[in-house]
Amino acid sequence: MSESTNGPDDFESAVSRTESVAQFENGRRSFAAQFQHLLHVNPAFVPLIVLVAAIAVFGLLLGDKFFSPFAMTLILQQVQIVGIVAAAQSLVILTAGIDLSVGAIMVFSSVIMGQFTFRYGIPTPIAVLCGLAVGTAVGALNGWLVSRVKLPPFIVTLGMWQIVLATNFLYSANETIRSQDIEANASFLQFFGTQFKVGGANFTFGVVFMLLLIGALSYALRHTPWGRHVYAVGDDPEAAQLSGVNVHKTLMSVYMLSGLICAFAGWALIGRIGSVSPTSGQLANIESITAVVIGGISLFGGRGSLLGSLFGALIVGVFTLGLRLLGADPQWTFLLIGFLIITAVAVDQWIRKVST
Amino acid sequence: MDQEGINIMSHNTPVVEGRGIVKRYGHVTAIDHSDFELRQGEILAVIGDNGAGKSSIVKAICGATIPDKGEILIEGKAVSFSSPLEARNMGIEIVHQTLAMSPALSIADNMFMGREIRKTGFMGKYFWQLDRPAMEEFARDKLNELGLMTVQSINQSVETLSGGQRQGVAVARAAAFASKFIIMDEPTAALGVKESRRVLELIQDVKSRGIPIILISHNMPHVFEVADRIHIHRLGKRICIVDPKTISMSDAVALMTGAMTPPGATTET
Repeated sequence: MSESTNGPDDFESAVSRTESVAQFENGRRSFAAQFQHLLHVNPAFVPLIVLVAAIAVFGLLLGDKFFSPFAMTLILQQVQIVGIVAAAQSLVILTAGIDLSVGAIMVFSSVIMGQFTFRYGIPTPIAVLCGLAVGTAVGALNGWLVSRVKLPPFIVTLGMWQIVLATNFLYSANETIRSQDIEANASFLQFFGTQFKVGGANFTFGVVFMLLLIGALSYALRHTPWGRHVYAVGDDPEAAQLSGVNVHKTLMSVYMLSGLICAFAGWALIGRIGSVSPTSGQLANIESITAVVIGGISLFGGRGSLLGSLFGALIVGVFTLGLRLLGADPQWTFLLIGFLIITAVAVDQWIRKVST
Repeated sequence: MDQEGINIMSHNTPVVEGRGIVKRYGHVTAIDHSDFELRQGEILAVIGDNGAGKSSIVKAICGATIPDKGEILIEGKAVSFSSPLEARNMGIEIVHQTLAMSPALSIADNMFMGREIRKTGFMGKYFWQLDRPAMEEFARDKLNELGLMTVQSINQSVETLSGGQRQGVAVARAAAFASKFIIMDEPTAALGVKESRRVLELIQDVKSRGIPIILISHNMPHVFEVADRIHIHRLGKRICIVDPKTISMSDAVALMTGAMTPPGATTET
């Protein structure tokens, strides 16, 4: 029997009360504690502050060159792929896992879409569906190995990363499908690259897709039983199981969805770079994890929001473009991002210490 | 036993009855032809030394393990659960020692974990939207009923609660959904003196609502305070049932450890 240390007195005094809502320890919180509580409830708050601050600073330094609809939407275009992949990564990290195979799934799916169209002459929409199916299947395999075989997600996806990437190179024979060929014969592959203008702002379907995807997933995580189960599984899988959550089903759905989203990212990648290249997107892994971590999602699972990941991806985009426009060495971007990652995890640890 | 005929159930029909339950794991016999009985409206404490198999028998009753042999009857009807979820769907709730709650989620989310309420309209049907107002109101009502609304908000995350408050939420969750009975596994083990007291009161409260409780505990004073009957488990089977009013704590411990053999008369079945 261990003596509980946190305020049995409070508890006992509350015992005799009859009113329905009692308040204790209210209004006696320090500013730091209140701030901590705010972050605890809204983990996406810190990245939002950083994002707004970064835009403000670069806006002041660069003026209209940076603070224009064109530059702002350029950032969106530059982060669309990372944003989509980060959405997949967020789901997996929320279940206290990690998906190192996101980049490989993305590239492999795009190669399948391209090769199926050009090598076998399959109608483009069907080739795209095949690419999406393969991405989902790889995700399902990841999920099965994690949930049924009980291997650590890090190991499963580390292996899968190599396997899928190697398959990608072997299958494509390292061959790139040129942008002009795609444009002439299978422009549907570049669907997400379609541009449209709103005022001075330049959007692509890929950007719209990213925003819709994050909106839909945020809704699902916040307002559906499935979303609550994802958080519960990430928080404490045993507790979730005991309270009647089907942990296996939840994990499978998350990894499969992650695979599917990565395949969509592969499709969007064709729209972004124009061609189908088996060597593209090599940094998607690390960039997606960076966005997720800066976005305030806990690597230990169960905490954070998808909106945070979007902010995380945008922060990286703002830094990259802002520093480039300032003429700074690109290494400064990496230096600052590295600093942000460590800060973000430190903040997460602090938030986890909370009570009240 | 008057189970013949259609649904004739007297007050004497046990809520749960286990007959000759056997469970083996390889060469280890976890349950060795054990019986079990929980009556209407009572608190039955299950005590036994470590490794006596008391958690095995309780697991068999709530579907967490499937016995190799024997019969389990719920309100006189034979059942065979293949998972804890089936038992739960019948109205059997468990308060686990670990409480089985997600610390980062709110009280309301935790109360409804795995059985969320969805909105009835279009949004609920096609977009699986949670009916948060309904869930929150229900959770608030249930905590109120047990006098537990000392927390600031039903949307407060569980990790911000004290140990006793968490236990309270777990008990309220079980009480809210249990139509048959509740199993409580060491509910006071992790608590301080005052919090334990509050939880014991809570257990009595739940009992007074007519929900029978199986209480697994190592804490003899707590067992003797709340239990109506004590099931003593030893070497994989029930060796006797004793009345806490007529037996001393040291005798119960002696029976439990095998220092004393039960006189045949104490077994009530």
